[in-house]
Amino acid sequence: MKAALTLIARDVRRGYAGGGAGLVCGFFLLAVVLFPFAIGPDRAVLARIGAGAIWVAALLAALLPVERLVAPDCESGWFDQICVHGLSLPLVMALRIAGHWLAFAPPLMLAALVAGALFGLDGLGMARVEAGLLLGTPGLAALAVATGALTAGLRTAGGLAGLLLLPLALPLLIFGAGSGDMGALKLLAAVSLMLVAGAPWIAAAAIRSVRD
Amino acid sequence: MILALSQLACARGGRLLFTHLSLTLAAGEAAVVTGPNGIGKSSLLRLAAGLIAPFEGGVTRSARMALMTEDLALDTERRLGEALLFWARLDGLAAAGERVARALDTVGLARLADVPVRLLSTGQRRRAGLARVLAAEAPLWLLDEPGNGLDGEGIAMLEQAIARHREMGGAVLLTTHQPLAVPGAVILPLAERVPV
Repeated sequence: MKAALTLIARDVRRGYAGGGAGLVCGFFLLAVVLFPFAIGPDRAVLARIGAGAIWVAALLAALLPVERLVAPDCESGWFDQICVHGLSLPLVMALRIAGHWLAFAPPLMLAALVAGALFGLDGLGMARVEAGLLLGTPGLAALAVATGALTAGLRTAGGLAGLLLLPLALPLLIFGAGSGDMGALKLLAAVSLMLVAGAPWIAAAAIRSVRD
Repeated sequence: MILALSQLACARGGRLLFTHLSLTLAAGEAAVVTGPNGIGKSSLLRLAAGLIAPFEGGVTRSARMALMTEDLALDTERRLGEALLFWARLDGLAAAGERVARALDTVGLARLADVPVRLLSTGQRRRAGLARVLAAEAPLWLLDEPGNGLDGEGIAMLEQAIARHREMGGAVLLTTHQPLAVPGAVILPLAERVPV
């Protein structure tokens, strides 16, 4: 338990270090602000597309930290030391997902409040978006960690990460953007849970192949 | 017996590096692996640590181990003391802070405990790597080229640390391409023993 907390604390600290979380939120808000410029100032239209636009921006913002999630630790021999300490790699990756979520999701959900106001979402609409983000961001964090592991050590990791993550995140986007419906929220939770359950194993296998 | 390598063969990148390598290390014993670059010294250490699988043979360890490689595995933005404390906390032993303080003192870096790792010189980083090994208080040390980047004083400190560890019942398997005083150690010259 103590080891788990130590690992999560490290990942949370790294997430916030150097303005990482601020960068993600800044990018998220900037992407959100682009929509009214492109679509026009019609409040009814903006309120209708608000949830979808917030989710698109969240997906794009989730790409930013992918390169820093796993690759630096692969290069520094960190995972070798983890194995020498007898820690399970899938467990360590599950904890990394938790740590990344803690560093990524709460600031994003706060920024989503600002974004919701920009789109003129009412209280109920905002609550639905926040509920969707609460359920969907664990899956997004899991995807980011798995993608970071799969692209670690590759020269074109940044571009590949986008090509891998965005298609796989489509179910999150579809059910997240439709989170006004309870059924969509349940499906969002199911997809998110599936990603959180599978990603640690995928990430661990990817890291083992890089280490070999 | 702390470490036993039995009839080990290692293949990397489709190339057989060595075969039929056997070694047993008991408490207080040490083995020094020597040989030219690319002969498989580091691979042997990774095999011993269980980080890669042998092509043939087996590895048995009966105690905790600590590994030092050229990769520092310390968070470069953190202060040295904090970066070492992270690993010491994962060792599962009590008094992590005291162990780190003792280790830093031994390697001569106590005064740099509050300095970010990224500001350390190459030699200081090697000392930091040794400090992590010392703080782990593991019976088995696996050291890959531990003398690289160390000055004369650093080499002497390393030799003393190895000697003290063996006196306390530890075992050491290390690779080196430079002379290191490890009295009574088994010498494994890979190039001479093994057809490549």
